[in-house]
Amino acid sequence: MFNLHYRLERKTIGFLLAIIGVASIGGAVEIIPLFTIHQTVEDAPNMRVYTPLEIAGRNIYIREGCYACHSQMIRTLRDEVERYGPYSLAVESKYDHPMLWGSKRTGPDLARMGNKYSDEWHVRHLNNPRDVVPESVMPHYSWLGRTELRSEDLGRHMVALRRVGVPYTDDMIANARSDAYGQAAPDTPFAEGVTKRYGAATNVRAFDGKPGNLTELDALVAYLQILGKLTDAAHKPVAAAGG
Amino acid sequence: MAVEERDPYTGHMTTGHEWNGIKELNTPVPRAVFFFLIVTALFSVGYWILMPAWPLGVTYTKGLLGIDQRNIVTESVKQAAVERGVWTSRIEAESFKDIQADPRLMERVRQTGRTLFGDNCAACHGSNARGGHGFPNLTTASWLWGGDPESIAETIRVGINSTHPQTRTSQMMAFGRDQMLKKDEVENVVNYVRSLSDPAVAKDVPAAKMEAGKAVFAANCVACHGDDAKGKTDLGGPDLTDRFWIYGGDAESITTTVWGGRQGQMPSWEGRLSPLDRKILALYLFDLRREQR
Repeated sequence: MFNLHYRLERKTIGFLLAIIGVASIGGAVEIIPLFTIHQTVEDAPNMRVYTPLEIAGRNIYIREGCYACHSQMIRTLRDEVERYGPYSLAVESKYDHPMLWGSKRTGPDLARMGNKYSDEWHVRHLNNPRDVVPESVMPHYSWLGRTELRSEDLGRHMVALRRVGVPYTDDMIANARSDAYGQAAPDTPFAEGVTKRYGAATNVRAFDGKPGNLTELDALVAYLQILGKLTDAAHKPVAAAGG
Repeated sequence: MAVEERDPYTGHMTTGHEWNGIKELNTPVPRAVFFFLIVTALFSVGYWILMPAWPLGVTYTKGLLGIDQRNIVTESVKQAAVERGVWTSRIEAESFKDIQADPRLMERVRQTGRTLFGDNCAACHGSNARGGHGFPNLTTASWLWGGDPESIAETIRVGINSTHPQTRTSQMMAFGRDQMLKKDEVENVVNYVRSLSDPAVAKDVPAAKMEAGKAVFAANCVACHGDDAKGKTDLGGPDLTDRFWIYGGDAESITTTVWGGRQGQMPSWEGRLSPLDRKILALYLFDLRREQR
């Protein structure tokens, strides 16, 4: 047995095939289960999609590197479930491309952050975290509220997301810009379009407290306020267990 | 091919290659490496048999031990609830008054309440519950919607201006921006409101202006803040005669409030915290205030 390698490395083609065989085990173990992912991941029939404004917020979340300090993944551990809420399910990241589970927590987990705090808290906290949490070590993001949101490419983002499986309709993609504006401008005709296309449960508010101008802060707060709210699938196993 | 040759110094074989008189040793891999390779390989085989391991299309090998991390966490949360049941069952069943009369039970409430407050409430109200600009101080006697444990528990349940269908709703209107009051009327009423908690203000303001401010107050503000300006807890109108201010009590802050209005928001906690947790928090906050009085 110990001489197998000794003999093998003298046969170039055989050795090459052996290397390919061994190296592909790691890939195969990760890739093959993906072929049956539609049967293995939980069902969430009423799961909603991210609105254009929330996609924009998600892109800002990625751009600013929030994932480096905040996870979006509640593990199956008692202390995490008691602190943050029901553990995360795979289906909750169904429309996340890329997923933002994260691997390190300098700040708290954000998987169930949606609607936990008020919009005003988020605005004040992002402007200067120490205004509301004196012991915080988070950097401030005060320019977000002064920076107008770039929305002209949102439709193209949605086309890309549709290509990887997010069920956006042509109507949603065609109205991406006006929906992004309308979600942060209640009482305008644009806001009605958001509710019509994305459902009555969609948050339509002036997230940064200033209706009329659409800033990066609007987008990021809209995204933070939907975290963990796309589906209530994660709450069901807990309810079934009587928790 | 290679010529068999043993190196006289190390006793190992050479590869039989030679470069300018330098020969290459063919030292065998130490036995310990093979030993640990075999041990770890056997360990992983045992692990595959006992634990969940290999994906099989739509399912996976479950392992002989039948371990499922989701069941473990559900069980451990349930187990913890049973262990706490000794005292939580009493909190669930007994009235606020009876719980407060039991010092040992209140000790539990203080310990658990501090953790619950830190995880859920401290972000806005501060880790010491003293609040901040826009977020009420919870250690004072000045409660917008009533400071008894029942009212606090209800506020936690439905929130204020929240998305809950039964939410408490309250709004300070934008009297200046929406042109309900003229600029001088705003100025007069601000002075009057300041004088309610700080009598020294009245000395610097002409009596006629103060009277005008009082008239504006009587015509516009009493519906929510009460005839005596001591607030109305059924409408969430703050007491204006005490020294506690949510948005600041100086002339500039009050002018901003009267001019642009205010509508604070507190989320509903019904979907997030159990009735037991909310009851503990209500007791904790009521107790916190009594402690600091």
